[in-house]
Amino acid sequence: MMYNAYSISNGKGTFMTKRKSRSNQGRFVPIFLLFLVALGLLIRNLIRGKEMSVLNPMGTIASEQLRLMSVSLGIMLILAVPALTILYFIAWKYRETNEKATYSPGQKHGKLFSVSLWLVPLTFVAILANLMWPSTHKLDPRKQISSNQKPITIQVVAMRWKWLFIYPEQHIVTVNYIQVPIDTPIKFELTADETPMSSFWIPNLGGQLYAMTGHVNQLNLMGTTIGDYIGKSAEINGAGFAGMKFTARVSSQTDFNNWVTGTQKSSNNFTIKDYTDLLVPSEYNKAMTYSTDESDIYSKVTDKYTKSHEHGE
Amino acid sequence: MKEFLLGKINMDSLPHEWFTFGGSLAFIGLGLFLVIVITRLKRWNWLWKEWITTVDPKKIGIMYFLVSGFMLVRGGLETLMIWLQQSFSVDKSHGFLTADHFQQIFTAHGNIMVFFVAMGFIFGLINYIVPLQIGARDLASPFLNTLGFWLFAAGAIMVSMFFLLGGQYAATGWLAVAPLSGKEFSPGVGVDYWIWSLQISGIGTTLGAINFVMTILKMRAPGMSLGKMPLFTWGAFCSMIMAVAVFPLLTATLFLMFFDRYLGAHFFTTVGGGDPMMYTNLIWMWGHPEVYILMLPCFGIFSEVVSTFSRKPIASYKSNVLGMIGVSTFALSVWLHHFFTMGAGADVNAFFGVMTMIIAIPTSALVFNWIATMYKGRINFSTPMLWFLGFIAVFSIGGMSGVLLAIPPADFQLHNSLFLVAHFHSMVIGGVLFGVFCGISYWFPKFTGLRLNERIGRYAFWFWTIGFCLSFIPMYILGLMGATRRLDHYDSSTGWRPLFIVMLVGGIVIAVGLALQIVQIIATFIQKNHLRDTTGDPWNARSLEWATASPPPFYNFTTIPEVSSIDAFWEMKHNGIPETKYQDIHIPKNTAAGFYISCFAFLVGFAFVWEIVWLAVVSIIGIIVVFIFRGFNDEPEYILTAREVQDLEEARTKKHLERTKLANDDDTEDMGVIDFIKIVISFAKDIVVNKRWRKW
Repeated sequence: MMYNAYSISNGKGTFMTKRKSRSNQGRFVPIFLLFLVALGLLIRNLIRGKEMSVLNPMGTIASEQLRLMSVSLGIMLILAVPALTILYFIAWKYRETNEKATYSPGQKHGKLFSVSLWLVPLTFVAILANLMWPSTHKLDPRKQISSNQKPITIQVVAMRWKWLFIYPEQHIVTVNYIQVPIDTPIKFELTADETPMSSFWIPNLGGQLYAMTGHVNQLNLMGTTIGDYIGKSAEINGAGFAGMKFTARVSSQTDFNNWVTGTQKSSNNFTIKDYTDLLVPSEYNKAMTYSTDESDIYSKVTDKYTKSHEHGE
Repeated sequence: MKEFLLGKINMDSLPHEWFTFGGSLAFIGLGLFLVIVITRLKRWNWLWKEWITTVDPKKIGIMYFLVSGFMLVRGGLETLMIWLQQSFSVDKSHGFLTADHFQQIFTAHGNIMVFFVAMGFIFGLINYIVPLQIGARDLASPFLNTLGFWLFAAGAIMVSMFFLLGGQYAATGWLAVAPLSGKEFSPGVGVDYWIWSLQISGIGTTLGAINFVMTILKMRAPGMSLGKMPLFTWGAFCSMIMAVAVFPLLTATLFLMFFDRYLGAHFFTTVGGGDPMMYTNLIWMWGHPEVYILMLPCFGIFSEVVSTFSRKPIASYKSNVLGMIGVSTFALSVWLHHFFTMGAGADVNAFFGVMTMIIAIPTSALVFNWIATMYKGRINFSTPMLWFLGFIAVFSIGGMSGVLLAIPPADFQLHNSLFLVAHFHSMVIGGVLFGVFCGISYWFPKFTGLRLNERIGRYAFWFWTIGFCLSFIPMYILGLMGATRRLDHYDSSTGWRPLFIVMLVGGIVIAVGLALQIVQIIATFIQKNHLRDTTGDPWNARSLEWATASPPPFYNFTTIPEVSSIDAFWEMKHNGIPETKYQDIHIPKNTAAGFYISCFAFLVGFAFVWEIVWLAVVSIIGIIVVFIFRGFNDEPEYILTAREVQDLEEARTKKHLERTKLANDDDTEDMGVIDFIKIVISFAKDIVVNKRWRKW
């Protein structure tokens, strides 16, 4: 055992008594707190006037999601702030150099203590779960948004590395650009073609959903403020991933109607050949709008994968 | 013929870009440097006998630290490259990296930090400390342990190999999600390197974990029931059981991916009936528990450190153990929260959301228990305690953002954004890395017999903490601004750039912190007389690892201690130390089998990356042959007689008394950074002025 080699042990550990400079050990703490304040001010200045898209919802879903986040965060802070305060206070109060603080190493903690150790967080988690369960159902992406307006369907195909949008009722096709009327529910049907999993996300309007080959995921959103919002692929899908962005314009109903009729008259007609051209990987694509006479592009895209199950390759 | 011999290797595989060139130079340069130094010092024999073939878990622990420390520097350099790119690649400028290269860097960064830094440090600590804490002389299977380490090392080399040959790593994100990682979208060898570096080191982890579960279950000192085990051992136990449960999943998934890529199978392809979603599902079934495999031993470390530095037993041992068991149990059933956004129904999403939140209960119980332990204690703020106090703040922020991410509708807005990245860095840096640093500074006297330099250690802590805030607070904000992760380019109109620059500054501050830690270790060895730990118990500690010499002899304990309470060593100090009785000790013999098998395993991986069939076949046969030979080894142990033990102990006592005298004569203070720089300068001057370099 150790005591063959170590002749003496003072029971405290030499290290703890030897140091001289211990008295000013705490001097970093106020500096650190000052640093945090300065960092907060710096960040505030850096983001002033900038678009905080998640905190600045322009659609019903995004606002609901933000509200849910804020309420949950608030509930957590009710537990976390006092807990952290108490922790650092206790660490400070029972510091070794504080002779006045009581020291009771043999202190026994009762049953009540052990139970409350578990009950307190359990209560908070129960409250949060209770809030989360119904809102998850309410904000299920495939759930249609109730409104007086007739919903508009937009079929979305993720391609390397651009977004193709098909308006089946309006007979319009666009690339990297959508326009939708205000206060009208939009039903996005997401799929992908010859492209790894991509994630369709317009932060201002609401949360993301994956676009995958052979699947159709439904995402319902609704814009409530007129403006141009950035959409993107949130999931990495290859070299051109950073450039896979599009503009989502929420406009008034009349502007939307004008845009639709204008585009329908456009001589720029989208054919299957245009589609095959788009399948060739390309980066940082410009926005394009087309009229189209094809009515089954989207079903061809989805069939391409579901049918291959039967034939094999 | 050429294709048969060399597979896909051709002239293009040789380094020809600046980064592969630089990487290769560093790789070869480092290798040459080591070879020259070892040859000059005539240490080859020593290296082989004392390190490469060793079965001593303490030495293996040290080797884990060395590999992980080196990989930490490499992964850190990648961080700086990532943030440098993101600070400059705005509007018309596309930065100094191509998109593809950028994606390779963050993929390598993730793999290195998780597999070869965090995992390696955790395994190093478990190797060194667990046998000592349970009063064991060696492990259940010392051979499995060496094999585990050398497979880990082979994986670490594999992850750096692409510089030399192939020139590309996976550009897919650290988990290489399908179908992006399939042959269709990633035809190069990058993903193959990824598969085989993870496969080899992952199998090593499984073997190591099996060994430690067995060791903890079967090798404990008499009297140490499971309910009296030290908390770090408990954390390690929970973690290793999880590793045994989930690492085979990784192995299987990687094999399926390998079949897809190599044999043209259709498990995860978009066509031919493959299901990429299944890959996401499988990889996260392993990937989420993996994070907790890293976290649980750190909970154990913090529990011990809080109790030791407050000079109080842990407030509720039972709650602490239950908390760790609870975390490890629930952690197995939450993986789906990584893909709420893939389109599962509300019921499924909500269920996994609730499961995820439930983990917050045992975790909070642990934190409250630590608070209660400090209450009415006598708290000493040495560096291990500082790391704990830093951990609590960062971990709470990370925990709260984690609960936010567990709410599916909120996750739709936060997933894949930098908010998510900031969240898991809070957990892995604030939780795991701070835990590892806490553990290393706590047990450094155990490893070396020297206390770490406190002064520089404290600077390092503050640099890490400040650097962390600078890097990751802006990152949370960026996520809320809609910035997605892994962007190699963005528009300045988003207003993200200033925040990216703040992050880069934070990265540099962390780099200074890391450099200070290296300086701290060197400075400690420079002042080794002053920092010599003469008592063997520098922290007034409570558990058995302190009941033997520092560093411990290769047989750990001369007498196996009897245990009657949770704080076994504390009891011993207060109730008297049992007398030493010398006895014969069984010592496992060194073996090179683990090293050979790992060399062959490396070659198998290499052969499959480059599709060299003959090499793969030969190497697999090689593995089998070594295993068979090892199986015929009838005498894996030898006996150290009581007489020899006594001689060794007496020699050590004598040496220690000499060192104690030197230490008592030395009344210097811990040196600071400026002292260190002065010493380095005078050392350099001495070499140049006195032409000392000529001697070499």
